[in-house]
Amino acid sequence: MQLALFCIFAAFTLAFGLGVVFFRSPVSSAMSLVMTFIGLAALFVTLDAFFIGVVQVLVYAGAVMVLFLFIIMLLDLRADQRRPVKLSAWAGGGIVVGGFLAILSQVVFSLPALEQTKPALANPAVNDVAQVGLALFRNFNLPFQVIGVLLLVSTVGVVVLSRRELK
Amino acid sequence: MPTLANYLIVSGLLFSIGLAGVLLRRNILIIFMGLELMLNAANLSLVAFSRFNLGQDGLPGYNAQVLVFFIITVAAAEVAVGLAIIVALYRMRQTTHVEDLDTLKF
Amino acid sequence: MSAIPWIILFTPLAAAAVILFLGRFSKLLSAGLAIGSAAVGCVLSWWLFAQPDPGETARFYWLDFGEALRIPIGVTVDHLSKVMLVVVTTIATLVFTYSVGYMKTEEGYWRYFAGLSLFLFSMLGIVLADNFVMMFIFWELVGVSSYILIGHYFKKESAADAAKQAFIVNRIGDFGFMLGILLLWAATGTLMFSELTGRVAEFASNPIYLTVACVLVFCGTVGKSAQMPLHVWLPNSMEGPTPVSSLLHAATMVAAGVYMLARIFPILHAVPVALDVIAWVGGITCFAAALMATQQDDIKRILAYSTISQLGYMVLGVASATSADVPMFHLFTHAFFKCLLFLCAGSVIVGMHHEQNIWKMGALKNKMPFTFLAMVVGSLALSGCPLFSGYYSKDLIIEFAVVKYPFLGWLSVATAGLTAFYTFRLIFVVFLGKPKDDHAKHAQESPLVMLVPLACLALPAWVAGYGFVEKFFFHVEEPANVPHLLHPVLLVLFAAGVLSAFLLYRGADKDPVSIPFFANRLYIDNVYGWIVKNIQDGGATVLSWADRWIVDLLVVQVPSKLAWACGFVLRFLQVGNIQAYVFFFGAGVVGLLYFLIMR
Repeated sequence: MQLALFCIFAAFTLAFGLGVVFFRSPVSSAMSLVMTFIGLAALFVTLDAFFIGVVQVLVYAGAVMVLFLFIIMLLDLRADQRRPVKLSAWAGGGIVVGGFLAILSQVVFSLPALEQTKPALANPAVNDVAQVGLALFRNFNLPFQVIGVLLLVSTVGVVVLSRRELK
Repeated sequence: MPTLANYLIVSGLLFSIGLAGVLLRRNILIIFMGLELMLNAANLSLVAFSRFNLGQDGLPGYNAQVLVFFIITVAAAEVAVGLAIIVALYRMRQTTHVEDLDTLKF
Repeated sequence: MSAIPWIILFTPLAAAAVILFLGRFSKLLSAGLAIGSAAVGCVLSWWLFAQPDPGETARFYWLDFGEALRIPIGVTVDHLSKVMLVVVTTIATLVFTYSVGYMKTEEGYWRYFAGLSLFLFSMLGIVLADNFVMMFIFWELVGVSSYILIGHYFKKESAADAAKQAFIVNRIGDFGFMLGILLLWAATGTLMFSELTGRVAEFASNPIYLTVACVLVFCGTVGKSAQMPLHVWLPNSMEGPTPVSSLLHAATMVAAGVYMLARIFPILHAVPVALDVIAWVGGITCFAAALMATQQDDIKRILAYSTISQLGYMVLGVASATSADVPMFHLFTHAFFKCLLFLCAGSVIVGMHHEQNIWKMGALKNKMPFTFLAMVVGSLALSGCPLFSGYYSKDLIIEFAVVKYPFLGWLSVATAGLTAFYTFRLIFVVFLGKPKDDHAKHAQESPLVMLVPLACLALPAWVAGYGFVEKFFFHVEEPANVPHLLHPVLLVLFAAGVLSAFLLYRGADKDPVSIPFFANRLYIDNVYGWIVKNIQDGGATVLSWADRWIVDLLVVQVPSKLAWACGFVLRFLQVGNIQAYVFFFGAGVVGLLYFLIMR
């Protein structure tokens, strides 16, 4: 059961990931990306990371993609024309991606520790949010505060960058 | 039962898809989406490791999930600023085609 | 008791310091402090002279790096230093007193006395030094004081130039001096005079080393005591006030070179080759300076060349005599009569309202009788007239020289005749004859404060050579095998010199003899000028060429062109295509992963 669910969700995510890359219309790509995020959220839930899954949907699918779509509408982008295939770009891309996948598979299939299945939790009904919250506020309080400052900075930056008279 | 290797393979494939998108697409917004894909692939990896490496008390290692939390936050901020830059760039150049942006050429 | 030498040494320094801060407010304070410090030194030196030699004296270590390098500052009170202390402090007191009258109308009164006190401190340091480094330090200090004092009228360009020349030429000599000290120290590991003189036997295996070291140390004397070829600064140092000329550049500072040789006399006499070098330098200097003196027209320059000549005698004496007391005896008498001559010259100059050309003077015998008398006494002593001090000391040296170095000895005999000639040339032109200038017509005798030191010096100039005085201060023995003709020849030459001066210069209005070679100081100054101009400039040109074509090219151009070339090549990586950059980036990461994980 678990394996089946995993396969479905993984296929779902990967398919829409390919959609992001291969659709010509930007809006289609954006919607594919939304679906990819949802698929990822499902995968997070299968890993018992409920809080992260919800945050993924809220922030990524809810905020980030909305932002993307606003920009696409603002810039009024049309679908890309068919352009001639540039061999050098495809070759370069193929090399890098192929190399990366080769190394990854080599690593994953050579470590026996990675063949383990999900170990059982001591308490299956663990309060995920509370645990993450405790870890965040106990061990990582300073980075948390810094993140707040970072968000402030990015807000200010966005406002500055969007000014009409910016030279 | 899915093993850790399965999750890592999925994550790796997603990452490669994102990388391919960055290398092959010429619309700058699609490239940006590819970047987001890559970040999410990394998030998946982290959460997988968090679940599969249980701590002393039988709970998942929540440090990785905290890291994912940070990554999501930072990615959101990055998207905001990045899109603002793209808008400014569009205002100046009237194009989102990445090959038209070549003023740094020697 | 053991603090007495330290008191003698440091009192003038304290006086100089106080004068430096407070002297400008009171002339009386400056003069009083300076004269006071010199008088204290004088009294204590005479008292110290009467005491027996102390054995060990106190010293403190100025630089102490353990066994490797330990430089002490200490005093040595032995026969040599006691005699020199007496000479230096007595003459200093007299000159300081004289200065009060000489400098009355001159500017920079307090500066002058501060400089004189500093000089006295430095000179006493040389006299009392018990090791080479301390002597070298005070040697340099004496040079500095000399610079300050020669350049007293610093607004006059010739005075400033003379001060610079004195210091620089001395520095050349001191360079050799320092090399010699370092050689001696490297060989024996000690710098103390008492230890060095005892360790001469160690050098028996390597006499060349000791010879070279001694000749280098002698370079210091060549510089300080104005031997040839480093004599050029002494005549120009006459730009300073006359009391300075008398104290520094006649009696004491220039004698420091001879004193230093006397200090290391046992070491020198272990190396015959070094002695030969010293003798030749001294002999040639003696003769050549006397030749140059016969044609000078400035009263102080005649005396300056005379000083160089007499210093040549002393150096020759160091090389020929069997005991250091022989040249020291001449140093002793010379200090008195030369100082007397200079102070008389100063008196004349003051009377002539600071005119120094002897052809503008004349018939001062009646206007300045006391000065005339003192000058005659000094001149007789200088020329080696029997019954005056110079005769005994100079002739002793000549005796030793004739026995050991016959050529140089007879050269010095000839010089004695020349000495009489140019000295009495000065007397006849300045004091006899007719007045040749307005100043000469209206000259007046100097005030008492200047005449009393003249009297105090005239007495030793007369008697300091007599047996009882000589025995009190020195122990000398006559050499054996002295040619019988020597003394008669000397007397004849003395008479001949005086007579020829009388015949040539009595009543003369200008110099009847004109020898440009001597008047232009053997053209040595021109040689130096040529060397500096051509060789130094030539060297500078070569170095400039090397800098432009070698250093600039190799060190500057090559790296810069290399950096430019690298930049030019790497520039082509900037394709401006974002995806190309991502490709480079990704390929780099994949490669890195490969090398980290797979290897």
